[in-house]
Amino acid sequence: MGDFDVSVILDNLPFLLQGLQLSLVLTALAMTGGIVLGTLLALARLSELKPLAVAAGLYIDFFRSLPLILVIFWFYFLVPLVLGRPVGGFYSVLIAFTLFEAAYYAEIIRAGITSVGRGQVAAARALGMTYTQTMHHIVLPQAFRAMVPVLLTQGIILFQDTSLVYVVGLKDFLTSAELIATRDQRLVEMFLFAAALYLVLCFSASQGVRLLQRRLAK
Amino acid sequence: MTYNWNWSILINDPYLGWLVDGLLWTLAVSLAAWVIAFTLGSVLGILRTTPSPTLRTMAATYVEVFRNIPLLVHFFLWYFVFPELLPDAAGMWVKREMPLPAFTTAVVALGLYTASRVCEQVRAGIEAVGSGQRNAGRAMGFTEQQVYRYVLLPVAFRIIVPPMTSEFLTIFKNSSLALTIGVIELTAVTRRIEEYTFQGFEAFTAATVIYSLITFTVMGLMRLIERRSRVPGMISLGSG
Repeated sequence: MGDFDVSVILDNLPFLLQGLQLSLVLTALAMTGGIVLGTLLALARLSELKPLAVAAGLYIDFFRSLPLILVIFWFYFLVPLVLGRPVGGFYSVLIAFTLFEAAYYAEIIRAGITSVGRGQVAAARALGMTYTQTMHHIVLPQAFRAMVPVLLTQGIILFQDTSLVYVVGLKDFLTSAELIATRDQRLVEMFLFAAALYLVLCFSASQGVRLLQRRLAK
Repeated sequence: MTYNWNWSILINDPYLGWLVDGLLWTLAVSLAAWVIAFTLGSVLGILRTTPSPTLRTMAATYVEVFRNIPLLVHFFLWYFVFPELLPDAAGMWVKREMPLPAFTTAVVALGLYTASRVCEQVRAGIEAVGSGQRNAGRAMGFTEQQVYRYVLLPVAFRIIVPPMTSEFLTIFKNSSLALTIGVIELTAVTRRIEEYTFQGFEAFTAATVIYSLITFTVMGLMRLIERRSRVPGMISLGSG
């Protein structure tokens, strides 16, 4: 291992950055979709309509009991079957990530909503606000403000999880690195570089979240 | 959607045998990795709370390094990179002669990674016991070691039963990553059945049901243990 070859990293940088771009796009889309769907699930879970609350609870517990890789395989197999035509790995994976992450986001958002005092809800209702108005103007804004750090931390976890698209051969950052590693027989360089890049990105992001958390707590 | 259902595929030879083997590999990887994760994680968690800044920093660095690199990269590092970094003879042994190379690597990678998560739970547990108890112990003439052994740890480990349960469940789910380095565990088996028979629906359903059963069994068991281990007057830490 005396010959650590930096040039293999530099030569393939454009290809690797393209992969990183895919990882980031997937993270952003799945995070947006996951938070939207997660909010709906959290509201359903806290709903006074029993069947709705039970259904949301089942959805959340079901997805949380499965490995992400299995969910990726499921949708990679199911989506083309349901649509009747191939749609490419990206969309299957995006659906899998969104539905999977929604279960995790739902639990975070539920905790956020329940942390808003009951008095707030009672006051809003007493003022004549409807359920939707109460949620929209009173509860959710406060809940999200308190949740931002946790939601972002989950985003960092999601970014790391996107590396699992490797199992269906989608060219994200890690898969790109692996392709070059095996093609050029440069496993040591490529995997250490991949590890270092993830470490730097995720560590900086989590430090950023920590700063934000401190500022919000003031 | 056109699809030819054939549920009997799951009980046919050789697929039923594959599923059973896959489940056994999943259990083996998860349980073996948990031994590493629990032992090392507990030690690291204790180090995170000791008075020594050096030890605290060491444990904190471990946690940051493991938490900020995806688990899949850890698998690749241990499988492909680690043998190259060893002295020639040792590297050769790992690559050529080590028994069950994929399994062993998966256990080590998953165990060391999960240790960083267990560490944070143990630390949170010890901190939840509070500095009052620590000081009281010291005031009574206990050494630092005795404070941990007789005051902090017995309570801390009882408080963290619920979050440790979710870590234990996470290790089962994460063990599926072992398929990337060639361990034919449960998820890999179902993918293979899909590729051989095109009965993906049935195969993935089997895996889904088995993983759910593992989760519900463990949760049921742990709820019993939780009830017996709860510390009166202390709220247990929520699952994280």
